[in-house]
Amino acid sequence: MLDASDLSALLITLKLAAVTTLILLLLGMPLAWWLARTRAAFKPVVETLVALPLVLPPTVLGFYLLIALGPHGPIGQLMAWLGGPQLAFSFAGLVVGSVIYSLPFVVQPLQNAFAAIDPRLLEAAATLRARPLDRFFSLVLPMARAGIITAITLGFAHTLGEFGVVLMIGGNIPGETQVLSIAIYDHVESLAYDRAHWLSGGLLLFSFTVLLLVYRVNRRGAGGLGT
Amino acid sequence: MSAQIHFRYRHRRGEFELLVDSQVPGKGVTALFGRSGSGKTSLLRCLAGLERPDEAYLAIGDEVLHDSRSGHFVPPEERGFGYVFQEGALFPHLSVAANLAYGLKRTPAAQQRQALAPVVELLGLGPLMQQYPAQLSGGEKQRVAIGRALLSSPRTLLMDEPLAALDRQHKNEILPYLERLHREVALPVLYITHDPQEMTRIADHLLLLDSGRVIAQGPLDEVLARPELPLSRTEDAAVAVTATVIAQETEFDLTRLAFSGGELLVGRIDAPVTSQVRVQIHARDVSLALTPPAQSSILNILPARVVALESHDRGRMVVRLDLEGTAILARITRKSAAQLAVREGSQLFAQIKGVSLLA
Repeated sequence: MLDASDLSALLITLKLAAVTTLILLLLGMPLAWWLARTRAAFKPVVETLVALPLVLPPTVLGFYLLIALGPHGPIGQLMAWLGGPQLAFSFAGLVVGSVIYSLPFVVQPLQNAFAAIDPRLLEAAATLRARPLDRFFSLVLPMARAGIITAITLGFAHTLGEFGVVLMIGGNIPGETQVLSIAIYDHVESLAYDRAHWLSGGLLLFSFTVLLLVYRVNRRGAGGLGT
Repeated sequence: MSAQIHFRYRHRRGEFELLVDSQVPGKGVTALFGRSGSGKTSLLRCLAGLERPDEAYLAIGDEVLHDSRSGHFVPPEERGFGYVFQEGALFPHLSVAANLAYGLKRTPAAQQRQALAPVVELLGLGPLMQQYPAQLSGGEKQRVAIGRALLSSPRTLLMDEPLAALDRQHKNEILPYLERLHREVALPVLYITHDPQEMTRIADHLLLLDSGRVIAQGPLDEVLARPELPLSRTEDAAVAVTATVIAQETEFDLTRLAFSGGELLVGRIDAPVTSQVRVQIHARDVSLALTPPAQSSILNILPARVVALESHDRGRMVVRLDLEGTAILARITRKSAAQLAVREGSQLFAQIKGVSLLA
């Protein structure tokens, strides 16, 4: 069964996934909205940057992050100057890494959902006296609901399964930065297969259940609109 | 309410340029008429604040809504202009009731001039309230869209070809609602159409657009009767005349009407004596004679004076006639014009073969 260190790895993993998903939604919404609506010439550049974590080996990303977040890196120095916490080998550093690593999994579904909204509907809302934020909450959010649920799920699930980036920037400090995927790796390395089974099987079941729920909810949502 | 709407726009989009400086009345229905690509929709979108043209000025009476020189721009949500799109633009995730309520609940109580129940009744929306847009027919969608715009209590209603996506049958289903709207709600309407029949039925005032320019404007009856405008070249060229019912001739199933130029006998109109009706006279249904024909199947032969002539293609002409203050058009051939020596000021007789009731 799970011992105390496995339990703390589980809690850290869930906390990391939750915090990362929340930050990604806050950052990803405006970014995806901009990408869905802009005709700026440098839009492809931004899209490429967002998509990069899809193709880069996580160790590459982790390596650069380690340098940037470290005490001599630009972000590390900025944090020191601001009096903030040390980022490398800390939970905060893991969040930064996870946000970048899972960015495309949140931004792309949001962008697709936003781009599918007919701009005339927003214009109609404007002529019906709705201000921009009002239009966002009354029209954009409900119409992009399926995309938002997909974004949350993918962002959360992808962060759960992250390994390379965490290993590079978080190290493997039990109780602080040790997440499930790394705990499993440790168990396998020390031939503790039964404990690896518990964690792996649990993660598999959890991921399956969450995805199944999302697909079911999204299907029902589409049906409820009478389409 | 009846303050003039004054606008001046210069709006370039690729090859196309909208360049207008005009005033339209702040009451009744003004039709924006022109071919597709003439700038009707661009103009309407500028008025609604959905476009930001290079140079812009818009004022209702003394109230300036847009002035590009001072940078003053009132956004669409603060203009109080209702807008009906070609295909409704209903919110797909909301029921008909919630679509109707959308603008209503965002209108401050002090500005609410329309209440839900009468609008639902006017447009026949009662049975649709719980349905979703995807379940509605094209005509039903447009009625909901019109209701939704009305319920935001706009001071002006902008309608971009609200009937364009509909077939003739559905058009005829909605037109009576629009006419009721016109009679029962005192609200200035700017209405885009490229259907001359729809325009003649609905509009009081006409603004003709061509290639992004206003080529003519004025009261409908007056603009329709101008032979130099492209409208008079179309097969359907016609004028609208307001007349009074003076008698019903039940023996022959006819109605006798009076107007400035005399009397007209037309197919029976179900309207009480002394009531006012609008009739349409097509240019192709009017012919000319130098003397009143002694024996003719044509019932309506009235003295007329030639005011203007315009040559058209295929040997045809359009003649504008004055019937004691009412202008009508006649389409004749150039050969007939030469044989009858028709020129400005000629006194002759107009034989009117067909008169149809408008609304």
